[in-house]
Amino acid sequence: MRQDLQTIQQWIRPDCSVLDLGCGDGALLAHLREAKNVFGYGLEIDQDKILECIKKNVNVIEQDLDGGLGNFENDSFDVVIMTQALQAVHYPDKVIDDMLRVGKECIITFPNFGYWGCRLYLMTKGRMPVSKQLPYTWYNTPNIHLCTFKDFEALCHRKHLKILNRTVVDMHFRDGVLMRLFPNLFGEVAVYHVTK
Amino acid sequence: MTTALQTPAKQTKGSVGIVQPRLFRYDHPITLQCGKTLPHYELVYETYGTLNAAKSNAVLVCHALSGHHHAAGFHSEDDKKPGWWDACIGPGKAIDTNRFYVVSLNNLGGCHGSTGPNSINPDTHKPYGPDFPIVTVRDWVNSQHTLMQHLEIPHWAAVVGGSLGGMQAMQWSIDFPDLVRNAVVIAAAPKLSAQNIAFNEVARKAILSDPDFREGHYYEHNTYPKIGLSLARMLGHITYLSDAAMREKFGRELRDGAKSFDFDVEFQVESYLNYQGEVFSKNFDANTYLLMTRALDYFDPAEEFDHDLRIALAQAKAHFLVLSFTTDWRFSPERSREIVQALLAARKQVSYADIECPQGHDSFLLDVPRYTNLFKAYMNSIELDGEH
Repeated sequence: MRQDLQTIQQWIRPDCSVLDLGCGDGALLAHLREAKNVFGYGLEIDQDKILECIKKNVNVIEQDLDGGLGNFENDSFDVVIMTQALQAVHYPDKVIDDMLRVGKECIITFPNFGYWGCRLYLMTKGRMPVSKQLPYTWYNTPNIHLCTFKDFEALCHRKHLKILNRTVVDMHFRDGVLMRLFPNLFGEVAVYHVTK
Repeated sequence: MTTALQTPAKQTKGSVGIVQPRLFRYDHPITLQCGKTLPHYELVYETYGTLNAAKSNAVLVCHALSGHHHAAGFHSEDDKKPGWWDACIGPGKAIDTNRFYVVSLNNLGGCHGSTGPNSINPDTHKPYGPDFPIVTVRDWVNSQHTLMQHLEIPHWAAVVGGSLGGMQAMQWSIDFPDLVRNAVVIAAAPKLSAQNIAFNEVARKAILSDPDFREGHYYEHNTYPKIGLSLARMLGHITYLSDAAMREKFGRELRDGAKSFDFDVEFQVESYLNYQGEVFSKNFDANTYLLMTRALDYFDPAEEFDHDLRIALAQAKAHFLVLSFTTDWRFSPERSREIVQALLAARKQVSYADIECPQGHDSFLLDVPRYTNLFKAYMNSIELDGEH
């Protein structure tokens, strides 16, 4: 089980319904089904990952998140999850609106561009940071809307979202004292649990 | 237990080998949705694989407009072409006959051995012809259910089909929710669009206006509406292919390399269509073609549920796999997404994929790796009672 998924699953109550946007190989949904009797669907566009979902018996719908969630009704899921995909959609703010329309709660994870490693890279090399976690160069990256922990926090305030839980972790989804004290500087991945 | 005879001959890898059709005769009257009754009927069918001890591995394959019972394998050593869905049925294939017991039949009203317009009407001792009652997808599902009882199959592990076959799978899941564990609905639609019906109407008009149709009684005159049925097939065939597939296959190639400045068959695509039409007209019954297109027109499982597909599919207990093909314009991906949306709203277990494939509607018959891999993964993930 991926560490980020481990972090997320503690916020999900048993027997609830989940929509997982960009569900990847379906590992989270398969785990939630086994561990918490969660009923869910995943949305994915990567062909190989869709195949992996089907092998795991995970409900997967081929759907591009940039087309919106118009085919899902208001408040039709307890939780809508999006892990490491927010930075890759065309209109992150609209996707968040849609997620909160469809779900009662949302869990969103994204790479924190305010991480000291990114800052150091930009400061010393003067070029867009390339790291293990964000391995692309500026011209071929799918990550077109990178933001920092503080940026996201500001968006939540502007949208009057209630933050139920938030945490930052390192690439291996470990917690640490420095990260707790200075999340925007030491957290590599931000994990938010929000509601309207 | 009735099973098709399978000999080691023609047993190439991935083939079910040589198969023989069987006949099921039902000696009781069946009242059809149109209100008319057939005093008895016969269904021709084939089976592939073996029914397991728990009787939990049966899969029903439903055919499309011009299909029949012969879905996989060969009928003889000299048989050149395998069954119509041999790409997906066989040992190790998407519907793995090492694991599943597959039942494939020719639907009621068909012309390949099941009771249909070219069967003898017991009242007149002549072929039914145009007097054969109109059958619907629901009538097919009911007669398939009767065959299922005859074969002592307690439930289907899956009902699968493409196009009109997918519609039958959907109807099964609604009409007999307890008997269908999985429904695989490929390149289908929740109901026909006005454009779909329009194409069917032109096809029917072509048949009906052929002088050799003789108001459907052509059997007695030892003839058949060759031109009308050919035209119907040519038209249908265009809708089965995509623009890109036709361009790729024929381009603007001329048969003889130069223009002849007349109306003979010149372009390769003309030649192909004419050939397809002619072959089809020899092997298919015009009255059956009329019936099958009407069954398509009438298909609308939501009709009796307040025209709400979600309520219709809410009846189902099956898990669904819905597949569409990007270049299919007969039943476009949008139509499959309508089915998916209703299933999502009804909170059914469903997976959906839109397969990138240039061949249009006909893609469901082909061995397209992404398609067959997904299909196979889904079928493999089906849990069977009594299997360890």
